[in-house]
Amino acid sequence: MAGIELNNIAKSYGSVEVLRDINLTIEDGEFIVLVGPSGCGKSTLLRMIAGLEPITGGEFHVDGRRMNEVPPRDRDMAMVFQSYALYPHMDVSRNMGFSLEIRKAQKEERSRKVGDAARTLGLTSLTERLPRALSGGQRQRVAMGRAIVRDPSAFLFDEPLSNLDAALRVEMRLEIARLHQRLNATMIYVTHDQVEALTLADRIVVLNAGDIQQVGTPLDLYERPSNKFVAQFIGSPTMNILGVDRAETGVKLKDGTILDVGSRGEQKRAHELGVRPEHLDVVPEEAAHMKGVAELVEHLGSDTNIHASVPGVGPVLVRQHGHFPLKTGDAVNIAVDLEKAHLFGPDGVRLAA
Amino acid sequence: MNALRQSSPLAVTGKYLALAFYVAFALFPLYWLAKIAVTPDKLIFSEGTALIPSKFTFENFQTVLLQTDFVAYFRNSLIVSIGTAAITTVIAAAAGYAFSRFDFRGKRLIIALMLITQMFPLLMIIAPIYKIVAALGLLNSLTSLIIVYTAFNIPFATFLMQSFFDGIPKDLEDAGMIDGCTRFEALRKIVLPLTLPGLGATLGFIFTAAWSELLFALMLINSNDAMTFPVGLLTFVSKFSVDWGQMMAAGVLALVPSCLFFIFIQRYLVQGLTTGAVKG
Ligand SMILES: Nc1ncnc2c1ncn2[C@@H]1O[C@H](COP(=O)(O)OP(=O)(O)OP(=O)(O)O)[C@@H](O)[C@H]1O
Ligand SMILES: [Mg+2]
Repeated sequence: MAGIELNNIAKSYGSVEVLRDINLTIEDGEFIVLVGPSGCGKSTLLRMIAGLEPITGGEFHVDGRRMNEVPPRDRDMAMVFQSYALYPHMDVSRNMGFSLEIRKAQKEERSRKVGDAARTLGLTSLTERLPRALSGGQRQRVAMGRAIVRDPSAFLFDEPLSNLDAALRVEMRLEIARLHQRLNATMIYVTHDQVEALTLADRIVVLNAGDIQQVGTPLDLYERPSNKFVAQFIGSPTMNILGVDRAETGVKLKDGTILDVGSRGEQKRAHELGVRPEHLDVVPEEAAHMKGVAELVEHLGSDTNIHASVPGVGPVLVRQHGHFPLKTGDAVNIAVDLEKAHLFGPDGVRLAA
Repeated sequence: MNALRQSSPLAVTGKYLALAFYVAFALFPLYWLAKIAVTPDKLIFSEGTALIPSKFTFENFQTVLLQTDFVAYFRNSLIVSIGTAAITTVIAAAAGYAFSRFDFRGKRLIIALMLITQMFPLLMIIAPIYKIVAALGLLNSLTSLIIVYTAFNIPFATFLMQSFFDGIPKDLEDAGMIDGCTRFEALRKIVLPLTLPGLGATLGFIFTAAWSELLFALMLINSNDAMTFPVGLLTFVSKFSVDWGQMMAAGVLALVPSCLFFIFIQRYLVQGLTTGAVKG
């Protein structure tokens, strides 16, 4: 059990600054997901928490104790690597029990804990195999097992599912969610799959280029992104961003249409309008804010994605529930759910409602 | 894939002919060595070019083993080669690991120096080495050979070991340290077992190099007691004649340790122990 505190954490390799001024408090038992584009420093941050990477600035505390220089073995954290990092010369049960072996645990205790973990993860029949004789999914389970066996105060995951196929990923995602419920341990999870982020997280930390963009619950980030980057990063398909000018009431699209978004505090600074595809609707002509042509219609069964082109405004993506009978080239009349639209200033910051 | 597999029979035949030719070319000297070793002395010149001698004999082997100092040379060579291989490999493994895993000041400089030592022709440095060894009072000792061979083989062995360490994912050590190892424990329990093929290969190469080294052995050793095998072989060349049969028999015997060694380590060389460590 661990509450983790990061104060002004920074990381640089020589003169290259990779992370800046990271402040984050993680409650005991919380599930935190780190997301962000490739190269933004997620792995680096996780490895600093694990003790594998020296911290070059700031303070790192666990349960009130300063841990900056504590070696990984004394941090009581387990980590699941993206590459799994199974010991190739040890069989499955020795892989899982290795931490206990190092800590000189009794043989019976070791085999009992390994047996429990193997049962939980459905690995009982594989305990004598070497990693090279396992499938990707099985290796992933062993890597998880190695972490569970230790009963650590915090679990660290670095994109643990990214090497699995889609079906297996869903299954393992549920497994991890169940694990969190059962163990109630602090978990820090790196991913760039936003479905994983939205479904697993208590709170999500969005990183970009070494800075924290926003920290919040999945719903927070979805409904109240603090800036354009978060707005576009969270949610799939991506939010539409349309250029606007200010108007007397509300804002004016580039084709001149006035959208009455109500009076918002700083609406005068509005530079762009963000609206998610699911907050656009195909409507009869007289109710439309925008009139365009469908350039591509994707029928996904549960949803229909309509890529429309609106003269003067640009490309707009509309998502409709269920099957929507529309063909490429058809005219589409689009209405904006003004309640759910966001306004962004010239600096990309979201203007408060 | 199919297009590749269904290459024409002509190309296949050609490929195997080329391979067969290469193998024959490479093995012919060995065959000739063995052939002369088992040919009776008086037939060596009379049917010198026949591929198979008309009579066989093991007399040469008997003479070499019982009536010459061959056994002593052999033992000296074993001491020198095993000593060199063991010391070199230990030092090279430590240095190779450091090069592979750590960034430290002066790393590039050390690597450059090691490469530079490999650039000088041996002949240039024989005289200074002789002087140093003489000053240390180590002439005519096996120790001097072990020291000199070790010094000369370390750069190559270090780069070889470094490449083996580079092939072992860093994540494995990280996982080990997360699991509770110190860095040294992670090295001993995780990296070392995976480096066995590399250690075997390095041992093998250095052993073979030391086993067949002639130049320094010739320079630094004069007394019959401390002669290594390649130097001893030259005693079969007297002023007036060359005892071909015995020389070749000694040569065949000298191949035995290298062969044994490679048979012993080849399973490590062939099998890639790291498979299955990281993803699929
Ligand atoms: N040893 C190093 N020296 C210099 N820069 C480094 C070093 N290691 C990592 N970096 C840089 O640090 C940045 C963050 O890397 P990191 O691996 O944390 O990214 P990430 O967010 O995990 O990306 P991904 O999603 O691709 O895994 C990258 O821009 C990378 O180039
Ligand atoms: Mg990463």
